Amino acid sequence: MTTAAEVTRSIDARGMPCPGPLMSLIGAIREGTVGDVIEVLSSDEGSKTDIPAWLNKAGHELIEVVPEDGYSRFVIRKVR
Amino acid sequence: MDDEGTVSLALFSGTDDKLQASAVLTVGAAAMGRTVNVFLQYWALDAFRADRVLKDHGVSPEAGEEGLRAMQDQGKPHWSDLYRQAKDLGEVHIYACADSLEMFGITKDDLDPMVDGVWGVASFFAEATGPVTFI
Repeated sequence: MTTAAEVTRSIDARGMPCPGPLMSLIGAIREGTVGDVIEVLSSDEGSKTDIPAWLNKAGHELIEVVPEDGYSRFVIRKVR
Repeated sequence: MDDEGTVSLALFSGTDDKLQASAVLTVGAAAMGRTVNVFLQYWALDAFRADRVLKDHGVSPEAGEEGLRAMQDQGKPHWSDLYRQAKDLGEVHIYACADSLEMFGITKDDLDPMVDGVWGVASFFAEATGPVTFI
C-alpha cells in the first residue's frame, strides 16, 4: 500500500491543457530513477485516459487514480 | 518502446489552429512510441519559415471570434514549441516539400531549424507505410 509519504515528486499540472500534464509526467519519468513515486495532479479530462495509456505503453506502474474536487490525482511508480 | 507503424502527416494549412492540432497529434504519437513524418506543403511550409514561425497566422474561418478566444484562453504552448517537444520525445521528422519550397523561391536555410530536410513527394510516400493524414 502506498501512502502520500512515499511520493518522491509531485507535479501540479492543474489548469494545464492536453498534452501538458502527460508531458510533465514524461519529463519527470525521464529525470527520475527507478522506484520513484510521482504524483500528478491534473484537471485535464484527457489525462484520465492518456496517462494510463502512456504508462501501459511505457511500462510504468499506475499505483492509483484518486478523484478529487475538480481534478484527478495520479500516483505512478517508475519501474524501469 | 515498440514502433507500431509510422504516422504520416501532410500539413497544407498554415493557420495557427490547424498547426496547433497537428502538433498535438504529433506529440501524442511520439509519446506513444510512433515514428512521425511531417511533410510541409504550401501555407504550412510558409508558417515554418524561421522569421514567420511566431507571427500570427490566423485561424480557420469556422473558428469565428468565439473560437479564436476559446483557443487563446486555453493557453496551450505555441505549436512550434509542441513540435520541438515532440522531436525531443521521440522519432519525429519534419520535411519541407521540395515543390513548395520552389514555389516560394526559398531554401531549407530559410526554414526553422526544426525542419530536418527537403523531400520530394515520392520520398514522403516511400516512408509512409500506412495512411496519410492531410491537414
